[in-house]
Amino acid sequence: MKLDATAVAVFIFFFVLVTVLGFVAARWRSGDLNQLHEWGLAGRRFGTIITWFLLGGDLYTAYTFIAIPAAMYGTGAVSGFFAIPYTILIYPLVFVLMPKFWTVCKQRGYVTAADFVKERFGSRNLALAIAFTGILATMPYIALQMYGIQLSLAALGIPITVPIFGIAIDLPLLIAFVILAAYTYTSGLRAPAMIALVKDIMIFIVLFAVIAIVPTRFHGFGPIFDAAHQKALANPKIFSDLIPANQAIAYTTLALGSALALFLYPHSLTGVLSSSSTRVVKRNAALLPIYSLMLGFLAILGYMAIAAKVKPFGGFGNNSAVPALINAVFPPWFAGFTFAAISIGALVPAAVMSIAAANLFTRNIYKEYLRPSATDREETQAAKLASLVLKFGALLFIVAINPAQVIYFQLLGGIWILQTLPAVFLGLYTRWFNRWALLIGWAAAMIAGTWMFIAAGNKPTLAIFHIPIYIAVAVLILNLLLAVILTPIFELIGLRRGQDKTTPADYEEVLAPAEPVEVGRRALS
Amino acid sequence: MVTRPTSTRKDRRWFLLLLLIPYIFLLIPSFYNALAPSFLGIPYFYWYQMLWIILTAIITALVYFMGA
Repeated sequence: MKLDATAVAVFIFFFVLVTVLGFVAARWRSGDLNQLHEWGLAGRRFGTIITWFLLGGDLYTAYTFIAIPAAMYGTGAVSGFFAIPYTILIYPLVFVLMPKFWTVCKQRGYVTAADFVKERFGSRNLALAIAFTGILATMPYIALQMYGIQLSLAALGIPITVPIFGIAIDLPLLIAFVILAAYTYTSGLRAPAMIALVKDIMIFIVLFAVIAIVPTRFHGFGPIFDAAHQKALANPKIFSDLIPANQAIAYTTLALGSALALFLYPHSLTGVLSSSSTRVVKRNAALLPIYSLMLGFLAILGYMAIAAKVKPFGGFGNNSAVPALINAVFPPWFAGFTFAAISIGALVPAAVMSIAAANLFTRNIYKEYLRPSATDREETQAAKLASLVLKFGALLFIVAINPAQVIYFQLLGGIWILQTLPAVFLGLYTRWFNRWALLIGWAAAMIAGTWMFIAAGNKPTLAIFHIPIYIAVAVLILNLLLAVILTPIFELIGLRRGQDKTTPADYEEVLAPAEPVEVGRRALS
Repeated sequence: MVTRPTSTRKDRRWFLLLLLIPYIFLLIPSFYNALAPSFLGIPYFYWYQMLWIILTAIITALVYFMGA
């Protein structure tokens, strides 16, 4: 790609704007940032609109915006468009489960899902397993956001590495990383919330521009889908614009399994817990699908890239198809704007993910096992440092390891995180399960899931009895079976259930007080 | 009969069952695994699923306003 001065100038302008906002966010507070729930959950005070922007920016990540159209471009409907039923089926689930989760966390002062599991099942070990899974699944996810930034830089023609004393250093990415780390450290969760506002507006502008060029450049949607259909006829083995006959179960289990998994990820739960009431959570379940609609149109960009016959550029494969399309159809200044939107879109989830993983580390590993006597201040300090270490780990991940492998780890992360469902989601409704049965079910599913992923050739689906199925769902069934069968056996041999510290009243939505909503006007004044 | 205000919340919990509708219509691909009829040039497979984004949002909003 050729470096274009206008595009780079627009890109840098928006990046600087967002950096300033990130630091301003520290002043947007009614709370004491030395408290973990103030730094890591923004005091649980976000209203409907801020929560909508934060969750939207957090769930629909920059990597999603690149990977979904790339999958549509490369293989078509099954691995690409499953994202649509996936991002629909999340929300009825959120509507039912998340108000209950919010309520018990609010009433008992939990910051993480592992906090809840520890008290519900009276098991430190199970809580450690949940925290470990959360951190493990989040790390490659953060790394992929950095990959999104790298891709945008490459599309703009900015050199990814700069030789310093003869060693190739990823300098531009390093700068982006330092900026992100600095404002997350000082402002906590309020920084990504504030940036999400700018990022989402930018992404919506890009989307409207994309839809606007459809009639003039492609003469409607017809030719775009015709091009995809021609590709399917030419390459029936690798590409399909419908679900092939034997892939129906794969399609539905990918959609359902991913939908069940999304709100087990620490960054999603952090977004939920930062909202000010169950009312806010429920309203967002009805309002967040607007982002899914946007994702649907962005997915079609993959087919547009086919119709426009773009050529992917150096080293990024299918993932660079859409950036190449943007360079081909938009003037340089708007291409700069689009890549700024994607890069800023990477900063929001990267910040929330590192905060969420830091909360897990601090609450469920540091305070639980390393320093039980830590004060609130020490706890928050540990979380701030942990968020730095986690982000740096993710950076090393993307610089030292081939991005294709990071993608494998992220796919594995989806399989892993779903295995916390019995303890977290079912735990909201019942404490019938024995803690040891849950732990063994989890461990068996983690090992079986990893093994099946490798056996399938690093793919998320594997043929079981000749029917391809999403591995995460297959091992979740194993996980649940083990938990159900082992619970009565363990009771019988005297391995008792743990002490449940929660009471039925802790789950009653009407009893949970709502926090006064924080608008952020103070920060801007 | 006058409904007792204390029990209205519990009575309305059946509204939550409405939330199952999208799962039925999206988890059975034979409902939508076809290219025709297309709408504005978009094949059936694609517009059907995108339409369900809007329908699910409406159902969720309805359940919210019903106070389930």
